[in-house]
Amino acid sequence: MIRQVARQRYLIDFTLASMMRRKVKNVVLFGVYFLIVFVLASVMLFGSAIRREAALLLANAPEVTVQKLVMGRHDMISGEHLEALSAIRGVRRAEGRLWGYLFDRGNGANYTMMVPPASDTTHAVGPGEAIVGSGIDRVKTIGRNEYLFLIAPSGRFFKFTVKERLPEGSGLVAADLVLISEADYRALFDLPDGVYTDLALSIRNEKEVATILGKAAKAVPNSRFVTRSSIARTYESIFTWREGVLLALLGAAILSFAILAFDKASGLSAEERREIGILKAVGWETSDVLTSKFWEGALISLGAFLIGLIAAYAHVFFFQAGLLEPVLKGWAVLYPDFRLTPHIDPLQVTTLAFFTIVPYTAATIIPIWRAAITDPDTVMR
Amino acid sequence: MIELQDVTKVYNEGRQNAFAAIRGVGITVGNDLTAVFKGPSGSGKTTLLTLIGCLARPTSGRVTLNGETISGLPEKFLTEIRRKTFGFVFQRFNLIRGLSARENVMLPAYPLGLDHAALTRRADELLDHLGLGSKGGLSVEHLSGGEAQRVAIARALVNDPEYVIADEPTANLDTKLTAQFLDIVRTLRAEGKTVIMTSHDPRIWQADIVDRVITLEDGLLTADERGAHAA
Amino acid sequence: MIFHPPILAILLASTLSLVTLVWASGFAARLVRKWDVASGHAGQIALEKRTYLVSTALVFVLALEAVSLILFTENAERMSVLFVGAMCAIGTLNVNAYGFPALILKVALFFGAAVWLIVNHADGLGRDYPLTRFKYGLLIALSPLVVAVAAVQFAYFYNLRADVITSCCSRVFVPNAGGLEADLSSLDPAFALGLLFGGLGVIAVLALAALRWRAGRLAYAAVSLVYFAAGISAVISVVSPYIYEQFHHHCPFCILKPEYGYIGYWLYLPLFVGTSAGLGLGALSLKRTPASLQEALPPFRRRLILTSLAGFGLFGAVALTAILRSNLIMFG
Repeated sequence: MIRQVARQRYLIDFTLASMMRRKVKNVVLFGVYFLIVFVLASVMLFGSAIRREAALLLANAPEVTVQKLVMGRHDMISGEHLEALSAIRGVRRAEGRLWGYLFDRGNGANYTMMVPPASDTTHAVGPGEAIVGSGIDRVKTIGRNEYLFLIAPSGRFFKFTVKERLPEGSGLVAADLVLISEADYRALFDLPDGVYTDLALSIRNEKEVATILGKAAKAVPNSRFVTRSSIARTYESIFTWREGVLLALLGAAILSFAILAFDKASGLSAEERREIGILKAVGWETSDVLTSKFWEGALISLGAFLIGLIAAYAHVFFFQAGLLEPVLKGWAVLYPDFRLTPHIDPLQVTTLAFFTIVPYTAATIIPIWRAAITDPDTVMR
Repeated sequence: MIELQDVTKVYNEGRQNAFAAIRGVGITVGNDLTAVFKGPSGSGKTTLLTLIGCLARPTSGRVTLNGETISGLPEKFLTEIRRKTFGFVFQRFNLIRGLSARENVMLPAYPLGLDHAALTRRADELLDHLGLGSKGGLSVEHLSGGEAQRVAIARALVNDPEYVIADEPTANLDTKLTAQFLDIVRTLRAEGKTVIMTSHDPRIWQADIVDRVITLEDGLLTADERGAHAA
Repeated sequence: MIFHPPILAILLASTLSLVTLVWASGFAARLVRKWDVASGHAGQIALEKRTYLVSTALVFVLALEAVSLILFTENAERMSVLFVGAMCAIGTLNVNAYGFPALILKVALFFGAAVWLIVNHADGLGRDYPLTRFKYGLLIALSPLVVAVAAVQFAYFYNLRADVITSCCSRVFVPNAGGLEADLSSLDPAFALGLLFGGLGVIAVLALAALRWRAGRLAYAAVSLVYFAAGISAVISVVSPYIYEQFHHHCPFCILKPEYGYIGYWLYLPLFVGTSAGLGLGALSLKRTPASLQEALPPFRRRLILTSLAGFGLFGAVALTAILRSNLIMFG
């Protein structure tokens, strides 16, 4: 046992010295390896961070949202259903919600306009007041006067006093949010009284959702019920799907990396071949050479993997994944500046290892073996 | 004692360029302390040396070491035997560049997993013994031809083998260094080690320490004489 | 099909294992016919060199399969969000009929590869590689398994569609729900505990027999496999409720979660090690000890027996600790 450990130490020593003698070749390989790990890890870390954001966000969403459908399209829903809905057993509260988007021609951004629900007392806004997300502040100079000017779709001009700014980093959706009072909202969009964008149900026990939906469907015909878990599911599958597609595209990169590794491993220099011949002649066995080469692969792999992972971590969580954002984040133009919560997951790291270390190892096994079986008498021929 | 019985070695077997380098040779070595194989290029003397030193397996025939058949052993076991029985000195020394003289000497013992301090001490003793005491830490490309050969000899001795096998050991040496080499062989011989060499070099066959000179031609033994020493 | 990175990783691993083993069995078929260790002919030397490649590749496959097994369950756990009603890995595995068969086949392949490497090691102890033919026969026998794993696993992932209503652990492992899982959880807890700790006693006794007789070793191997199944059943039936401190929570996967201190790994890892060593011992005892292994094999067998005992013992100890530390009272 001790001998085995000592043997491994000797082999590692030798391998390290041997790698140092071929710096250029190993640096090139290491560089490409690092780059592959970096890109893949960035994609995966970013994807999962976004998914986590979405999940955190959803934790506060109502269990069920009721939308009116007209010809299969989302339409304004009448508030008169609220009474029937809150009467259903198990429904704690039914509320009408007003929210929508306002396109600002001035800077090409889309704002999410919303009336804070009556139950949300911390964000209550009076007429003429607004609470804005951090993104708005950046694209629109609100200035010291704390006034926000908006042009309604009808062309009318509105002025709001900014009462409060939502804290930075409170998430993906809050960035472009503008909260205004119900009266202002209806005026801004020319909405009649008594209609809502949708209705939100909060439900006492999540296990009863299915039963409640059955009853609600009867109470509010022509409508669609969206549950929180189905939104979570959709988010999850959309984001993982994007991540998967990106990975599949990167498959080409992984493949070329594997080919490079194969090539580097099989294209042994004459010097290296001679060395292996000498080792075999002076008393090394095939498995000694294999082990030494295994260490070489392990050192390169672990090194590139760790450094690549750390760099990707920094890229995603400290530099907001500048290189990937447009691909993964979605349609809005407003979000560049929010911070993702640093998070790392062993499942992801394992998956990443599968996409990098496994192809590398698979590609190098045969060339390494070919080198290791060099006949010991070659040095004498 | 190594005994070869009706041993044949075919290179590139089963291909167009197949040729038999050794054709049914029977010989026993090891009962004389120093033996030299001579013969023209391509006579098969180096091949015979690889068969004696277990660097290669015969295509047919049998090799025994102290009565035990070793020709049918798989590489793993053959290497084990070779490592502790034979030390090799090659014509072009075959040191690994970039490593120090000491590390080169230690190399054959790496797979054994010996204690590092003890192995380093052993390598330094050997280098010291061969007059290279001060050069252990030097990278081998900074050594002269004679020094490189002595490092190669130290490497051959690191596992304390019973046999030292040398292929054309003096081909790259001038007269002075050849004499020095023969002195080393004399010491080894005095320590009871068997030295088996191939050589083109008359200075070797005629050396007083050579007990036996064997001549090969076309893969066959043609002469087996007592050396100058025995005569 | 869900385009999910861990799924792609698992499929990549199974494709690599498949290609490796199919290629290796092709080689094995040639080797079994032509192997003659004493020959010095070029053909034999080439075969011998290639065996190094096969061994290395098999080590790679075993490592892949081991990690892939973990990835498979962890991923099932994670993906449960995608399926209505699935709250943990059980739900995800139940999304279609291929989930559990894929898991079971993967476990079988893991054991197969482990046994092969044990035989491979023993073979290398004998100067004439006495088990080479046997070991390559074993490799050929293993190839249908790897094909099955790849196929069933692919079928499982291919037929995964988000939103299929599935049963989750709180439903599947509730007694009286029917099916194998339910049978396991309705296993009388006292009986399951008896199986868990009594089994250890049987194993210890058999280990003594295994040290002396070939029949003992074969019996030991058979019992290791049975004990593996018994161990898993006991985890489902009694150990996991103790860990969750809930009477009716019987999930064998949730114990792998960080909330429970990854205790599942502490249970399963030793159990897998113990079973692998036991099965390897059995494979080595299928044939009489070859002449060239008379000296080297018995110490190796002893090591296998000790490893296996240690694995099973650790499993029992972890289970016992989990039960003793729990606030749940099931008996009394």
